[in-house]
Amino acid sequence: MTTASAILPARGLADHLTAVFWRHPRVLLALLLTPPLLWLGVVYLGSLAALLLQSFYSIDEFSGVVKEEFTLKTYGELLRPSNFDILVRTVTMAALVTLACAILAFPIAYYAARYAKGHWKAAFYLGVMLPLWSSYLVKVYAWKLILAKEGILGWAAERTHTSWIIDGLLSIPGLEGSSLSTSPIGTFAVFVYIWLPYMILPMQAALERVPNSMLEASADLGATRAQTLRTVILPLALPGVIAGSIFTFSLTLGDYIIPQIIGNSANFIGMAVYQLQGTAGNIPLAAAFAVVPIAIMLIYLAIARRMGAFDAL
Amino acid sequence: MLSDRSPFSLRAAAVGGLLFLHLPILLIFLYAFTTEERSFQFPPPGLTTQWFGVAWNDRPDIWPPLWLSLKVATIATAIALVLGTLVAAAMTRTAFFGREQISLLILLPIALPGVITGMALRSAFGVMDIPFSVWTIVLGHATFCIVIVYNNAVARLRRLSGGIMEASADLGANAFQTFRHVLLPNMGSALLAGGMLAFALSFDEVIVTIFTAGSGAEAKTLPIWMLDELIRPRQRPVTNVVAIVVFAATFLPILAAYYLTRGGSETAGMGK
Repeated sequence: MTTASAILPARGLADHLTAVFWRHPRVLLALLLTPPLLWLGVVYLGSLAALLLQSFYSIDEFSGVVKEEFTLKTYGELLRPSNFDILVRTVTMAALVTLACAILAFPIAYYAARYAKGHWKAAFYLGVMLPLWSSYLVKVYAWKLILAKEGILGWAAERTHTSWIIDGLLSIPGLEGSSLSTSPIGTFAVFVYIWLPYMILPMQAALERVPNSMLEASADLGATRAQTLRTVILPLALPGVIAGSIFTFSLTLGDYIIPQIIGNSANFIGMAVYQLQGTAGNIPLAAAFAVVPIAIMLIYLAIARRMGAFDAL
Repeated sequence: MLSDRSPFSLRAAAVGGLLFLHLPILLIFLYAFTTEERSFQFPPPGLTTQWFGVAWNDRPDIWPPLWLSLKVATIATAIALVLGTLVAAAMTRTAFFGREQISLLILLPIALPGVITGMALRSAFGVMDIPFSVWTIVLGHATFCIVIVYNNAVARLRRLSGGIMEASADLGANAFQTFRHVLLPNMGSALLAGGMLAFALSFDEVIVTIFTAGSGAEAKTLPIWMLDELIRPRQRPVTNVVAIVVFAATFLPILAAYYLTRGGSETAGMGK
C-alpha cells in the first residue's frame, strides 16, 4: 500500500500557476492589474498629458500654425474679457444649477429614504434611475418640444392666461429671447432637469444613513419638525449634497450640447472648446479652456473630500 | 415613536419631482405621431402613424449611423467587461500600495466632464497623428465604460463569501477552474447588468464621440445623427421615431439590469 500525499500532484501548467499565485499573491495582482492599468494609463492619462502639453503651445496669429514651444501665452488669452466672460458665465450657471438641483432633489430623496416602503421604494428608485440613464439627447430634445414658442408650455400659459409670466421673464435684461427655448432660462431649466437624478441618488444614500433613533431623540428633546430638519437632518445630509454637487457642477461645467441647442447661443466653456478645436483650429486655446474645468474640479474634489463627501458616493 | 405618515406637502413635492422627471419624455412619443412636420405645435393638429413607415423606408441616412452605434457599443462593452472585471478582481480583498489612486483613476473618466475626455483624446490623436476611425471612437467609449462594469462587479465580489473560493481550492480546483466554475457563475448576473449598462451608455454617448469620430459621414453614430437633426431639422417627427428607438435602447437595458441585481445592496446603475 502506498501512502498518498496530502497535497495533490500538480497536473499541468494551470496547477503550477495556481501554486505560484498562492505563494506570491502579488504576481496574480500584477497580472490582473496590468491590462486595465495599461489601458487607463496609456489611453486616458496619456491623453490628459497630451491635453496639458497642447495647452502650453501657442498658435501663430498670422499663419494659424501651432508653434510647439513652451509658452504661457495661451493661458494668458483666457483672461481676455471675451474669454473670461465665458468662464464666469459657465461657473455661474454651474453654481445656480447645482443649487436648484439640491433644492428640487431634497423632497424626493427625503421621501424615498424615510417614508417610501416596499413597492413604493422600488418605484422611487426606478423613477430616479430611469431618467438618469435614459438617452441624454432624447431628454434634451424633449425640452426643445416643451420650450418652443408654439409648444406645450406656451399653449398651457395661453389657456390659463398666464402668458404674461413667460413674457415678463423673457423681458428681464440678460434673459431675453424670442421664446423660452432661445433664452438662458431655457438653458438653465434643461441643465437642472438633466442633472437632477445625479443629485437625488447620493442625497438619498446619505439620508438613508440617518438613524431614526436620532430623529426620535430630537423630537423627545422638544424639537419641532422644522428644527429637526435644520439641526439634525440637513447637517447629516450634507455629505450627500456635496457628493451630488460634484456631478451637477462638473457636468454643467463641461456640457456643450445643451447650450448649443437651447438658449441664446452665448458661449460656455464646453462650446468654446468644441468650436476652437473644430472650425477655428486653435487646439492650444481649446486645450487651455479644457484645463480650466479640470482645475476647478480638482479644487472642488479636495474640498469635498475634507467634508466627507466620498463616503456618500 | 415618530409618525410613519409623511406630511402632505412632502409627499406632493416628492411625487411632483418624479413627474417632472418623467413627463417630458412622454412628449417625445406624442410628437412621433403628429401630422405637423415643421414646428412643435401643441396640441398636434392631427395624428398619424406614417412617420414610422417613412423612417423605415424613405430615410436611408438612418441605417449606417445605427449600425455604427451598435458596432461601437458592442466592441466597447466587450473591452470594458474584460478590463472592468480584472480591476474588480484585483481590488477586492487585497490591500496594496496605490489602491486608492487606482480607484480614482477608474472613476476619473466619468467624474471629469465629457468634454475633457473628448478634448484630451483628440489632442492625443493630434500629437500622435492617429487618423479618426471606428477605433478612435471605441477607444473613448471603452475608457468610460470600464467604471460601469467595475462598479457592478466589485459590488458582487464584495458580497461573495471568500469561503466558496477556499472550498473550491480545497476540492482540488486550480485558480482557472475556480474562476470558470465558481466565480463566473456567481458574477454572471452582475456582469450582464454591468455590460448592458455599459452598452446603453456607449450607444447613447455624444459628448466624447464628437471629438473622437472626426467629421466624415462614415463616422456618424446615431446620437451624432440625432444632434444634426436637432440643429438642422428635416422631417421632425422622423427624429422623434428615431428618438423612441434610442430611448428604448437605453431604457430596456437599465430596467433589465435593475431586475438582475435587485435584492442586493448593490443595485445596478448607482452613479452613471
